[in-house]
Amino acid sequence: MGSVQVTLRNPKRVVEVPGPVRVHALLDRLELNRESVLVIRGDTLVPGDVLLEDTDEIEIRPVISGGAT
Amino acid sequence: MKCTVCRKPAVIDVRRHNANFCPDHFVAHVQEQTKRAIEHFKMLRRGERVLVAVSGGKDSLALWDILVGLGYEADGLYLGLGIGEYSDISGDHARAFASERGLKLVEVDLRDDYGFDVPTGAKAAKRVPCSACGLSKRHLFNRAALDGGYDVVATGHNLDDEAAVLFGNVLRWNVEYLGRQVPVLPSRPGFPRKVKPLVRLAEREMAAYCVIRGIDYQVEECPMAAGNRHLGYKEALNSIEQTSPGTKAAFYLEFLDKAAHLFNTDFEEDQVGLLVCQSCGAPTTAEVCAFCRLVDKATGAVPVVLGPTR
Repeated sequence: MGSVQVTLRNPKRVVEVPGPVRVHALLDRLELNRESVLVIRGDTLVPGDVLLEDTDEIEIRPVISGGAT
Repeated sequence: MKCTVCRKPAVIDVRRHNANFCPDHFVAHVQEQTKRAIEHFKMLRRGERVLVAVSGGKDSLALWDILVGLGYEADGLYLGLGIGEYSDISGDHARAFASERGLKLVEVDLRDDYGFDVPTGAKAAKRVPCSACGLSKRHLFNRAALDGGYDVVATGHNLDDEAAVLFGNVLRWNVEYLGRQVPVLPSRPGFPRKVKPLVRLAEREMAAYCVIRGIDYQVEECPMAAGNRHLGYKEALNSIEQTSPGTKAAFYLEFLDKAAHLFNTDFEEDQVGLLVCQSCGAPTTAEVCAFCRLVDKATGAVPVVLGPTR
């Protein structure tokens, strides 16, 4: 069985998660809040019910930003 | 997952609306929510000149894109903050966005034009970086708008930003700030009108809008803001939102509807007793305004050198 290549940010790093796995299950496994991130494959958003194959490379992009001003 | 509107494959869910959207209908959703905010709060009138405060991040670039798409005459203002590589990349994104679309970008650079940057200014004035940054932005946005003859300054504050600020102000019952937490600040002598057209849209929606519209933006977090209290409030609210979709919108938008007037600020009364800064002419409560005092302390200070910011 292969792994999904997952690029994370802040700091930028790559982790491997055994696939196939659904997006929402992947976020749960990584303990990420689905309100705080987007999942992107290539240049395209990937919704939560999609089954990621073990050949997939995705980015999990945080969306929270900003100072207090 | 199918688009709630057309039943084609959806790319994003917006759980507080109990809806999923394909790319085209998501863009339409974002435009519609922005239009609703503009109209409901009477932010903009047709024919007005708008100056969009552009940071190179997702919210401000998306706002500029939406306003132009809705037919407003909107130029951008980029303020170079001098936060190392982070600012260099942010500026590149703002310039590329404007250049690719043939839009006008006004630029002001703290280091080149005022002799300091945010890290140096913060240290010299013994302020936290976000405070020195916010003070500089408010002053220079006002000045650029008035000098350029713009009717209004638009900023990319989104629902998460406003809900987090409200959360912080309620936790401490900062009632003087609660009265000012409205999405439109009227113009006054020395101050342009300020509007926040994205207050009906969550941060995740703005990032998704940029991905769908092919807008390259600064994805990295500002190294000065990392770990600040504001980000902690956002995380706390998102923890609630995950199990109770719609909480952030109810918290902020219902505050505006039901409670903001209880803390209402008389903006005209605020003008009473305002002086004119002896250095720059801006309205101030002291002889010299806070920005000019910051410039005075920061120019000539030993520059703070940042390490890699990515």
